[in-house]
Amino acid sequence: MAVEILKEKYRSTVGEVVLGATKDQGGTRSHTITVGGEGALPYLHFEGSIPNRPAVALEVWDMVPAEWDPLFEKYYGDVWSDPGTWAKKCVDEFGAEMIQIRLKGADPDLKGASVDDCIGAVKKVLEAVGVPLIVVGCGKPEVDNTLYAPIAEAAAGENLLMGVAELENYKAVTSACMANQHNIIAQSPIDINICKQLNILIAEMSTAMANRIIIDPTIAALGYGIEYSYSIMERARNGALQGDKMLAMPMIGNVGLESWRAKEANQPEAGEPSWGEQEERGILWEATTAMAYLQSGINIMVLRHPETLKVVKANIDDLMKDNSY
Amino acid sequence: MIIIGERINGMFKDIARAIKDRDPVPVQEWARKQEHNGAHYLDINVGPSSPDAVGAMTWLVEVAQEASKLPLCLDSTKYDAIEAGLKICKQPAMINSVPAEMAKMERVFAMAAEYGAEVIGLAMNEEGIPKDADSRIALAAELVAVADGFGISPDMLYIDPLVLPCNVAQDHGTEVLRTLREIKLISDPAPKTVVGLSNVSQGTKNRELINRTFAVMAMANGLDAGIVDANDDELMEAIASARIIMNMDIYCDSYVDVFMQRNR
Repeated sequence: MAVEILKEKYRSTVGEVVLGATKDQGGTRSHTITVGGEGALPYLHFEGSIPNRPAVALEVWDMVPAEWDPLFEKYYGDVWSDPGTWAKKCVDEFGAEMIQIRLKGADPDLKGASVDDCIGAVKKVLEAVGVPLIVVGCGKPEVDNTLYAPIAEAAAGENLLMGVAELENYKAVTSACMANQHNIIAQSPIDINICKQLNILIAEMSTAMANRIIIDPTIAALGYGIEYSYSIMERARNGALQGDKMLAMPMIGNVGLESWRAKEANQPEAGEPSWGEQEERGILWEATTAMAYLQSGINIMVLRHPETLKVVKANIDDLMKDNSY
Repeated sequence: MIIIGERINGMFKDIARAIKDRDPVPVQEWARKQEHNGAHYLDINVGPSSPDAVGAMTWLVEVAQEASKLPLCLDSTKYDAIEAGLKICKQPAMINSVPAEMAKMERVFAMAAEYGAEVIGLAMNEEGIPKDADSRIALAAELVAVADGFGISPDMLYIDPLVLPCNVAQDHGTEVLRTLREIKLISDPAPKTVVGLSNVSQGTKNRELINRTFAVMAMANGLDAGIVDANDDELMEAIASARIIMNMDIYCDSYVDVFMQRNR
């Protein structure tokens, strides 16, 4: 007698978001990347469609990232004084599928880069690589709010992913994205209620923007509260699959940034001999964090170490293998 | 809770007049208003005074479908009128209703199977409405069993335990709530449950307060659907809040708006 396999039925799907635009579409990207669209929990191909693979980006700054661990110098030291060359190395040599340019230089306490400097940095990256771009500010809302509109306009047509919008500060970046048809990162502080509320507020400003939101639930690195982020993302995804439209957006996480803040990634071997070789340990820390978030349904990850990128891409290859029956 | 908007009913004067004059305006206004306020189904009832129930039902279904995409809940004791409506429904409808009386069940379940309609089954029979929960549950089980004979899955059935006005039959309240809980044990899949919410407050003062209090208590006891006044904002707010407390929706500050707008 045939055994009937019980499969979960989901009521709805995650929305799809296309990033980047080719020449025909009004941009200059060599290709676009589509994320989202899941009709089942992560990689349960046998229960629903997982149409798009998660995208992995590497992080590029508009200034030399002095705060990064010195071990990154051997990978990026020859290029990190120029965001264009840096981005090109990330794509051509390391295989990044997207580039996130972080305009850290705009921070008045660091470099105090002008709006034009920031536009210049974004343009350099756009010219240097053909992959879709993520553009984020320096992290200080009062500065970032002056950047969004001019950058969105300068890169009109490129279908960027811009951020970040937060509950207390979402209007400037939303209007900039609305006016120039870019996508938006909606960031909430590991809080499902704020995540949903922010999506509603953005959608209230423009219903078209509701289909251009990428949720950044704020992720933590392994050992620093990964289970909290994981469970928030799991809840959002379950909500999306049950028909909650205000949670049915793809998700992004700054895996590199968070992982390389961990003591376990930065402690030199001499300081903690029993922990083993530092770089290998750091890569493992970042890759393990990334793999956990793949299991919670993340759609875009911004990584930092080129070796992590390789490991994570291989993991995604495995996860995307059809296991339906 | 699945909201079945009660307002297109010939018991209301504006609808009775609209049916008589074949004036689509009031019907379509109420169809749109109820949809706008979060109804999932529109109840369609020609009322007791319509001489030609079949003609009136056909007309109401036609004009309601012109104004709203919502599925319909065809509400009549005249099964020919329901069948006339089912024939022209653009999507699977709900039949409202059938008691646990064999001849009526045979007529209605055959029709439901033919048109793929859901059915509201009343926990009553020739002897009237039972006084206690156990007798209501026994009638519900009978409805489930007979429906099954027609190939209708229990989850296509909405059992109405029949709530009586709290000023005349106060002791029925707890019996109805217990019925709602225990109906879920009858079968797997379990039948769904529904109440005609406004019945509980017939002839009382504070009708809306009683209605919404009963609505959230019934939801806590597993109620799936209600035939309600979808334009009673406080009722809809109470239902939205109950869904939050019961972890059926994820909370956010705008949860009431989200609940009301889900069909827009």
